[in-house]
Amino acid sequence: MRIVPFLCSTAITIALVTLLDNSLGKIPPLGSFLSPQYGFWQNAEPINQDYGGKLLLTGIKGPVEVYFDERLVPHVFATNEEDLYFVQGYLHARFRLFQIDLQTRAAAGRASELAGSKAINFDREQRRLGMVFAAENALKEIEANATFRSFFDAYTAGVNSYIEQLTEAALPIEYKLLQNKPEKWSNLKTALLLKMMSKMLSAGTETDLANTNAKSIFMPNELQQLYPQVPDSLLPIVPIGTEFPKPAVIPIKPVNADSVYFNNKTTVAAQSLDRPDPGNGSNNWVVAGTKTKSGYPILANDPHLELSLPSIWFEIQLKTPTHNSYGVSLPGSPFVVIGFNDSIAWGVTNSQRDVKDYYEIKFKDQSRSAYWFNNQWTPTKMRIEEIKVKDSLSVFDTVAYTVFGPVQFDNSFSNAAAADRNLAVRWAAHDPSNEGLTFFKLNKAHNYADYEEAIRTFTCPGQNFIFASRTGDIAIWQQGRFPARWEGQGLYVMPGEDSSYLWQGYIPQQENPHAINPARGYLQSANQRAADGTYPYFIPGSYITARGVRIDNKLAAMSGITPKDMMELHADYYNISAEDLRPVLLANIQEEQLQGKELAYLSIFRDWDLMASPDSKGQTVFQCFWDTVQASIWRDEIERTNPMAPWPIEQTTIEWLLRDTLHTYADNRNTPAVETLAMIVTSSFKKAALVLAAKEAEGKLVWSRYMNPSVYHLLKDALPAFARKGLAVGGYGNIVNAIKHSHGPSWRMIVHLIDGIEAYGVFPGGQSGNPGSRYYDNNIAAWEKGEYNRCWYMRENDRTSEQVKWVLEFNKL
Amino acid sequence: MKFFLSVLLTMLAGIGISLWSLSPWWGFVPVASLVAIALHQVPSKAFAAGFLGMLLAWGGLSWWIDWQNASLLSKQVAVLFPLQGSSAALILLTGILGGLLGGIAALAGCYLRSTKSNVE
Repeated sequence: MRIVPFLCSTAITIALVTLLDNSLGKIPPLGSFLSPQYGFWQNAEPINQDYGGKLLLTGIKGPVEVYFDERLVPHVFATNEEDLYFVQGYLHARFRLFQIDLQTRAAAGRASELAGSKAINFDREQRRLGMVFAAENALKEIEANATFRSFFDAYTAGVNSYIEQLTEAALPIEYKLLQNKPEKWSNLKTALLLKMMSKMLSAGTETDLANTNAKSIFMPNELQQLYPQVPDSLLPIVPIGTEFPKPAVIPIKPVNADSVYFNNKTTVAAQSLDRPDPGNGSNNWVVAGTKTKSGYPILANDPHLELSLPSIWFEIQLKTPTHNSYGVSLPGSPFVVIGFNDSIAWGVTNSQRDVKDYYEIKFKDQSRSAYWFNNQWTPTKMRIEEIKVKDSLSVFDTVAYTVFGPVQFDNSFSNAAAADRNLAVRWAAHDPSNEGLTFFKLNKAHNYADYEEAIRTFTCPGQNFIFASRTGDIAIWQQGRFPARWEGQGLYVMPGEDSSYLWQGYIPQQENPHAINPARGYLQSANQRAADGTYPYFIPGSYITARGVRIDNKLAAMSGITPKDMMELHADYYNISAEDLRPVLLANIQEEQLQGKELAYLSIFRDWDLMASPDSKGQTVFQCFWDTVQASIWRDEIERTNPMAPWPIEQTTIEWLLRDTLHTYADNRNTPAVETLAMIVTSSFKKAALVLAAKEAEGKLVWSRYMNPSVYHLLKDALPAFARKGLAVGGYGNIVNAIKHSHGPSWRMIVHLIDGIEAYGVFPGGQSGNPGSRYYDNNIAAWEKGEYNRCWYMRENDRTSEQVKWVLEFNKL
Repeated sequence: MKFFLSVLLTMLAGIGISLWSLSPWWGFVPVASLVAIALHQVPSKAFAAGFLGMLLAWGGLSWWIDWQNASLLSKQVAVLFPLQGSSAALILLTGILGGLLGGIAALAGCYLRSTKSNVE
């Protein structure tokens, strides 16, 4: 033996293996990651992969057959419901494991386990918002119903059945990159997933903290002008003229509300770190047989959410001998969430209602162990939160719970330095509820009565459930458990020292805004206020008016409607806000002050066809110009407090301009001169022209280049290669085809309720969450072009059809 | 002959070792040493045989996987790395990494059996 060379080469071998077995910063362990047998190569699925097979599993009662079609949509045929949801859980895990694991960990405030210390504040806010508290409350309600619990149990067993057989090589690629392992599923995780949706759709629809700052600088009449409740141009969900019954609940305004609440001028420094996009909206509409060519109703829905890869939706058909539903499911939860069966179709949009309020808490001392409530010191419940951090020590946080809810902001947690205020959050999502039950019942519903019974218990996030049946009924309900508020309740931080400012009750379910078989033959919702000013309850929210007006105008004018007409409406790029605004803006531009490029942009704007199409330059000029106008009008006003008061919503500004009554706000407070609207509009155009010229130099004057529509991977900028960027689509938040940079129609569905059901659907992604699969992004091209896949609604005798590409059989071990 | 046999055995070990479910990703490393012990050669040849064997194993396997996958994944991973999205570069990197480990492990095996006298 040659000792020295032997020892040297052995040492180098060991050192090299060790080096390659460990991650270096963001770089995964190169040895295992590049190993063709263990690493990412194992995630490169053969493009002719066979998804069929035979599985023998415990936890399943009888045989279940899964028929995959050419788009990898599973059509699950089970003999009973437990087996059905077991297999749905298995399939969600098989194709979306990293997604469901990441989303539920993030929902529970455990993102730091994967992302490290940069996610600590996100995690603390999740815990302080009471996300786990909310999921636990929901789970108690869910598990109180033994039958329903068995579905959750079966779903959980299905997910775990897949996880348990996973080898290192078969782990999703994200785990290999992040050096982590999937966690076992539980019913609590399913509840957390649903709370993630609650947060997405009902935690960003209020601006109470910013409103409180607005109240410190604006007079009550100004607040009404800047933040009105009912827009002039509103076309509500419930047709105008509908009579509402006398309210059964009449909340009483506290006697001291004027002095300690409305006239309280104290500002609040706290701000949410992770505020959900208030544009998490959606469209849905339904036309009755009287307006369609076939004589049967057509239902359409397109939920607008953050667009991600993998998609938030997973297409699936769920069949037992007693029901047969098809649509999209949320990976991490059983049931079809938006879809149809052989009798009905349903869809949802967000209600945009404010169901989250803040209360100011007075603690006895620094320990936060007691707070002043109804004239005595009341003990808080303390919840100690351990946040585990990747590559670091755990961080501990203590959250005090009051009668209102958890104290989200206090001196140990706030983004702002001046954290001397203790704010407890009262959020409808904290209340015990079982939203899954609604979807379970909808999956099996036969008619209007079943639908109404199914949605009745749905609590949070409030949704506009639209409905159509084979028998010709159409309907919509804005459903949720909404607080019955006195006028102005919950717009601002409320006093939390006694019970007088608590929610006094809820709007009775039967009084929720709804409409059934209207004479006009259509119903629509697009995140607008559900009812006009005659609705007898105070219902603040973050409403969007423009899309609903456009959809209503189009549907009113249509007749002999076919599914193709509905596809065209989904793809509609017409900018109805610009239709209103262009004449006002053009009338106020002092053209003699413009020169060169500015004049060129002005003529683009003037000649624009009002379409926000991908190749439009007019839309780019308009949006850039209009954003500058809004900033010029409002910034000087709302920046008088820090943090800022909320921006008045676009619709408010449009209506002020149309009424020509904006003059006092047009003036810039920060300059000695008195600016007129014409001066503001002209200087805004000049400012916008500079931005536009810079964009034009980069070749980005065309709308789709300017907006850069993109679908990101769930880990965003950490994995840019897994994103699909620069899609050739137009649209905007105020446009029916509501595509923004990385946000928009996450599932477009059209269901024609003829015999046999004719349904179409598409989402910008694919069934598989694996970037190494051809089914990762295979639907993006169709979505981009506004095309649809025909949903194959399989029946019992289709088992041997040529449309079946693979069969996966489950049997009891 | 010895050289080609070494290359072949190392390559087969590099491919086959993962069939043993308890093997870690570096399971081929001790096997490459064993091959060099069993089929003794001069250090340079031992290294070359280990390198070539594993280059073929890892390079070949990744090439085969990539071909079946129509380079869908490798194109994306080669952006993360960053290798300008080149699948070929990623396959080459994989092969060279395997080769280096195979080579150095073979060298260790070779020195274990070497004596001054049997060095040419």
